[in-house]
Amino acid sequence: MALDKATVARIAALARIKVPEAELDALAGELSKILTWVEQLNEIDVTGVEPMTAVAHARPPLRADGVTDGGIRDKILANAPETTNGFFVVPKVVE
Amino acid sequence: MNLTSLTIGRARDGLRRKAFKARELAEAYIKAMAAARPLNAYLVETPDRALEAAAQTDARLQKGEALPLDGVPVAVKDLFCTEGVETTAASKILGGFVPPYESTVTANLWRNGALMLGKTNLDEFAMGSATITGARGPTENPWRRRGDNRPLVPGGSSGGSAAAVAARAALAATGTDTGGSIRQPASFCGIVGLKPTYGRCSRWGIIAFASSLDQAGPMTRDVRDAAIMLQAMAGHDPRDSTSAPVPVPDFEKAVGQSIKGLRIGIPKEYRLDGMPKEIEVLWQRGIDWIKAAGATPVEISLKLTRYALATYYIIAPAEASSNLARYDGVRFGLRVPGETLDAMYENTRGQGFGAEVRRRVLIGTYVLSAGYYDAYYLKAQKIRTLIARDFAEAYRNCDAILTPTAPSAAFAIGEKMDDPIAMYLNDVFTVPVNLAGLPGISVPAGLSQDGLPLGLQVIGKAFDEETVLRVAAVLEDAAKFDATPALATGLA
Amino acid sequence: MSGLIKGRTGEWEVVIGLEVHAQVISRAKLFSGAATDFGAEPNTQVSFVDAAFPGMLPVINRFCVEQAVKTGLGLDAEIHLSSVFDRKNYFYADLPAGYQISQFSRPVVGKGKIVLDLSDGTTREIGITRVHLEQDAGKSLHDQHPTKTYVDLNRAGVALMEIVSEPDLRTAKEAGAYLRKLRAILRYLGTCDANMEEGNLRCDCNVSVRKPGGKLGTRCEIKNVNSVRFVMQAIEHEARRQIEVIEDGGAVKQETRLFDSGKGVTRSMRTKEESHDYRYFPDPDLLPLTFDADWVEGLKTSLPELPDVKKARFMRDYKLSAYDAGLLVAERENAEYFEAVAKGRDPKLASNWVTVELFGALNKLGKGIADSPIDPKNLGELIDLIADSTLSGRLAKDVFAEMITSGKRARVIVDEKGLRQVTDTGAIEAAIDMVLAKEPAKVAEYRAGKEKLLAFFVGQVMKATQGKANPALVNELLKKKLAG
Repeated sequence: MALDKATVARIAALARIKVPEAELDALAGELSKILTWVEQLNEIDVTGVEPMTAVAHARPPLRADGVTDGGIRDKILANAPETTNGFFVVPKVVE
Repeated sequence: MNLTSLTIGRARDGLRRKAFKARELAEAYIKAMAAARPLNAYLVETPDRALEAAAQTDARLQKGEALPLDGVPVAVKDLFCTEGVETTAASKILGGFVPPYESTVTANLWRNGALMLGKTNLDEFAMGSATITGARGPTENPWRRRGDNRPLVPGGSSGGSAAAVAARAALAATGTDTGGSIRQPASFCGIVGLKPTYGRCSRWGIIAFASSLDQAGPMTRDVRDAAIMLQAMAGHDPRDSTSAPVPVPDFEKAVGQSIKGLRIGIPKEYRLDGMPKEIEVLWQRGIDWIKAAGATPVEISLKLTRYALATYYIIAPAEASSNLARYDGVRFGLRVPGETLDAMYENTRGQGFGAEVRRRVLIGTYVLSAGYYDAYYLKAQKIRTLIARDFAEAYRNCDAILTPTAPSAAFAIGEKMDDPIAMYLNDVFTVPVNLAGLPGISVPAGLSQDGLPLGLQVIGKAFDEETVLRVAAVLEDAAKFDATPALATGLA
Repeated sequence: MSGLIKGRTGEWEVVIGLEVHAQVISRAKLFSGAATDFGAEPNTQVSFVDAAFPGMLPVINRFCVEQAVKTGLGLDAEIHLSSVFDRKNYFYADLPAGYQISQFSRPVVGKGKIVLDLSDGTTREIGITRVHLEQDAGKSLHDQHPTKTYVDLNRAGVALMEIVSEPDLRTAKEAGAYLRKLRAILRYLGTCDANMEEGNLRCDCNVSVRKPGGKLGTRCEIKNVNSVRFVMQAIEHEARRQIEVIEDGGAVKQETRLFDSGKGVTRSMRTKEESHDYRYFPDPDLLPLTFDADWVEGLKTSLPELPDVKKARFMRDYKLSAYDAGLLVAERENAEYFEAVAKGRDPKLASNWVTVELFGALNKLGKGIADSPIDPKNLGELIDLIADSTLSGRLAKDVFAEMITSGKRARVIVDEKGLRQVTDTGAIEAAIDMVLAKEPAKVAEYRAGKEKLLAFFVGQVMKATQGKANPALVNELLKKKLAG
């Protein structure tokens, strides 16, 4: 699959990664090459095969409904680039 | 006596016999770590912390209350969150991040008496096979080709850990393995690297790359050390839903046990076109060794081997694209300002991620996006089922599998860098093991014509690390690998 | 059908499906051990898992799963013994991981139904498509700073059930009835507080219009409407808007709209094209959720009696009308209150006192049954006083009013105020004699055939006895005396 510049720009926007315009062409080339390479999988017939979503076979352990965490606001906020009055702060979101 | 030349097993005995103190052992490694700085194996050194822990070990030894790993100086791949010590996954986007918590695996090590020397370099977010994509530059392999002083890669992504152990700048190290990131650098650096069964070691507190593939494991000087380290690292963790609620056997006991009567699978599809002759020779030598030890090599078929890499390069980036969405400049790490929330995200992630991470996040985003999910991601998940089935089928006829670890020895920094796919091919023998969730180990088995270490891989059944260790120990005994790297700073 | 809306070009049918987000009642969050309490200081109920710190992993809260399964059973739905948690990927300030853990392709609960009780006493069945578990997001505060948004993650990770209906609803009124019924079921089950004003029940409405029997029109989704009344207003407005668009020769655009409760209108939300590519895939941090049929059976037997069954029982055992029974079972507490009052008493009388007098009084006070100044025992005592003729119906109402304001027991009020009904024939006869002596002209008229005057005499006698005389006795004795 050959990706064009516009597709790469759309994917980059979806992934929220700014890609300088000047790099789009080269990136489109690299990604196209990888996608073309993985398309060798089309040679395999997977009719009737279930997808493998997890390696583990056991049932996941479930947690009891107890409050065992939280109350650590200082630690939660300690690494944040910007906080105010116990809140994380981000540029204004307009809805 | 050169303390840094000891294995864990020997250092443990020496400490208990009071031949030397934990403090002396720690100091020797702190010195070696400093001397190894040109290799760029460590991102963070924590000598004070190591000395403090060594003092506690000495106190315990004095009272005769030694813990299993007491006084063992360990290097930690900088993918494990360590409380109070900067953890960045070698990414600019996590610059300055100091975790307020300790990963389960490292906490297990410290609880067993090990001490931390520092955090080791890796490919950014563990995405790579050469330890060259990190934000703070490449790590050098302490080995050199014979008669050639050009710096070589240590393999990756756990290249910092591998280089540190090989250079005797750490007694042992932790690594993580998503597609070969423990075994391939172990092979390149002439050490032992063990990737346990998926679910054997907790993933809690390890920065995620691809959740269904990531698994922590030890990187050590010999097979016994790998067993000792794994013993301490492993165990069920209720905080990780994929951690297996199974008992942890006595791994060290398996080392040295006979392999007489075992059937060892030799997958015919691993004989790749254009594989270097010396790799084939090494593999044949391995087959001869296990035969001499009384095991029976049997030809097996892992039909989908050649499709494993492409499968991996859909699944791993897909999971990564989602796992790395949390690096958004809001709660930790880098923030590059922007007028709007989206602009802040795009600037932060645009500048925070390096080229390889960006490439994989974009591929992952693409293969999960509307209209492409079935063709790429779902298809890859189905092939993953077939690959796992291949192994299950093979194990009806054998107890373990023997293969080369990597298709080549270490290459020079700068080689293979302009072609991502050529780089991906490094993992051709290791990736299928991750896809099937099985345990695998790389054991140094010989030198290439250039004088570089080459590893053999033993793959086991799920949760049968004991057989893996048994076979690996036999290979180790037969190979008598005793070469040391040119830049073994710890031995200087 | 009465639900059709009349436009310029004829009648239109409205097709409505509702997606309700119900906050699961649990102590801890869906995937972490942080608390779920409402109204805590910002970011104090947040674990590293909720804030999506590097290396943090989710572990499923067993009770939340139990709650979802119970809800499924209460909606008479299929329970899937194996379901999968998926990641729904999108970026937003209050979504720390960059994905929401939800259930996309294999929800824990499949098809079910809700039976609506319509005002004409008939019922109508509305299909439930599915119920799935997912995490709530945090809260963004946009009004605290001119150029910044503040983020509180206390709510991030709280368990929600998304309950999706089939597009079976046809009028705003039906949508209202559906929500009230769903709310009742959730409260009976104890799986959700279902308080829309507090935000623990939120509703998205999918609305389209078509000519009756025609093919489905393009739908719009109205997001996050937070009261039953607003849901009904929003649907009504949106349907009329769409009809107008089509009748003006335009086409309805598929989009997400917001309801402005101040103006009573919906408006288009600014959305980006790509924002809907959620890239769902199974969460590799979680294994498929599986459980045994036995466990589900166990939950089934532990379910409380639900509104529909209770209503049928009230009609059968207490001989109540469908209307009264429906009124009583709408809230679990009301039904329990009624049954406590009705025990050993005339159920019809009990029902009247609860639904008419008590509900009326509480309504005026703006109180719920839990805060009623009269408990079931005291209301029962009042009814007993009527039954044993201590109080007339009229006196009882006075006593009831006093009970509401003072909270005193009926018997205490009766004793204090001497409100006991007079049943002493002599005393009543004396009062009658007095009244008849005062009104000779009217007595003559009555005796000449104007029997309507009886009511006048009764009134006068009651007045003379300060309302305490037994009305039946007064009637009887009056007639006798007047007959002379």
